[in-house]
Amino acid sequence: MTNERRIAMGAALPLCILTGYAIWTSNTRNPYFPPLWDIARRFQELWLFERVASDVLPSLRNLLFGYAIAVILGIIVGLALGRVKILSLLFTPLLDFARSIPVIMLIPPFVLVLGIGDASKLAIIALGAFFPIVLATIDGLRRTDPALLDVTRSLRLPWWKEITVAWLPSAAPSIAGGMQTGLQFAFILMVASEMLAAIRGLGYVTMQAQLTFDSTSVWAGIVLLAILGFLLNTAFIAIRDHVLRWYVESRATARSR
Amino acid sequence: MNTNTTLRLAVRSLSKSYGYGAATLQVLKDITFDVHAGEFVCVVGPSGAGKTTLLRCLTSLMPLSSGEVLLDGEKQTGPSPKISIVFQEYTRSLMPWMTAEKNVALALHNRKLPSAKERELSRDALASVGLQGSEARYPWQMSGGMQQRVAIARALVTEPEVLVMDEPFASIDAQTKLELEDLTLSLQRSRNMTVMLVTHDIDEAVYLSDRIVVLSKNPASVQEIVAVELGKERDQFTTRESHLFGEMRSHVLSLIRHSQAQAKAAAA
Repeated sequence: MTNERRIAMGAALPLCILTGYAIWTSNTRNPYFPPLWDIARRFQELWLFERVASDVLPSLRNLLFGYAIAVILGIIVGLALGRVKILSLLFTPLLDFARSIPVIMLIPPFVLVLGIGDASKLAIIALGAFFPIVLATIDGLRRTDPALLDVTRSLRLPWWKEITVAWLPSAAPSIAGGMQTGLQFAFILMVASEMLAAIRGLGYVTMQAQLTFDSTSVWAGIVLLAILGFLLNTAFIAIRDHVLRWYVESRATARSR
Repeated sequence: MNTNTTLRLAVRSLSKSYGYGAATLQVLKDITFDVHAGEFVCVVGPSGAGKTTLLRCLTSLMPLSSGEVLLDGEKQTGPSPKISIVFQEYTRSLMPWMTAEKNVALALHNRKLPSAKERELSRDALASVGLQGSEARYPWQMSGGMQQRVAIARALVTEPEVLVMDEPFASIDAQTKLELEDLTLSLQRSRNMTVMLVTHDIDEAVYLSDRIVVLSKNPASVQEIVAVELGKERDQFTTRESHLFGEMRSHVLSLIRHSQAQAKAAAA
């Protein structure tokens, strides 16, 4: 199937839903479901492009920095817990306990300690994305084929080389899965933390609109979030498939044989 | 056999058991044999005899329960740079995230060579197994036979004294298998390498070997060491059709049948 056809097929259903919504709302004055054109106009007024620099970019910067911290720490901690028995025995119960707390509930205490600025946002985003990445790393390391470790041992590779040529690449597909979940968590927490305590940002602007019963602005905010979330996930998949080309292609080869 | 042979690998009273107490399972019992420099020795035995365990003990991938393994008179305590291993399952012994060349170069990691030299040696090793032009291919882009050639190249690139092979051609199609047998023989002759190959294929063992170590089963011990007087020149047609080849084959087969029957009787 060609790329154009794939995109056309994928876009068909969303366009139908949008058209349906536009027709449904064209003649009514429902305060909760404003006409499509009103939302589009408000979207343009609100977000194109004045607030991009003041509200959208700072939110995305928090998201990306918080996520980067989560990825780096998540893989390092995952390696430590997955490879060092004593650390696993010491820290796994604590980790299981900590990750069962919904991270959204931790926003108020984080804001109390770190304030309503970027620090608390970064911390909450990093924490939320951290857990799925740690767990995926530990799980991925278990999938390392012992036959490959016979090879690294017979070649007498030092421990760090063994990690970079055998353990990490074996775990990489699983880590990528955890990173994708982590990215979704980070995105949700970015918005949630701004909704609860902030003086700017995407979540803040949308929450303010809700508090003043400005449903058109709420919908405009949701549209922007949907677009951003979609773009982030698309970018993630493109980067993942490039980095894990060996994995994607070897599986395709195995299927075709 | 030459009279001026030097002892390369000496296996002395090697035993291996798994488990403790009443649950102890002895797999290898008091195994002793010599491998001389430049010799091609195959180890054959009934399936499930512990051939792979023996090989893992020889290469220090697994600790011995008792006995010792000497390489050039030195007791082995860990994997040696003088020994290279070719594993049975080529699909699991090559890194799928590395090209053929990178897989081979991995064996040179400890040499700390300049990268140009490392590259040159890896390419030479790949060429010596007939894979020039496939340096940039990934293992999963290759056939089974080609993947096992990459594994052989990786074993050869360090110019080892001893090449240890664990049923290297067991999961390779029949025609490719003959090619790889001849490749292994010619590499062994040209580099004057010592080769120890474990197999369950008696024809293969007779075709390749200077001597065959025949194992018995439950626990595995040395049943007989058979000298194969077929000369250094081997050919897939004439050697395999010769009268002596047939005799050797029947002899080894009868030894294995015998030990299998004994193991069955002991179990009953």
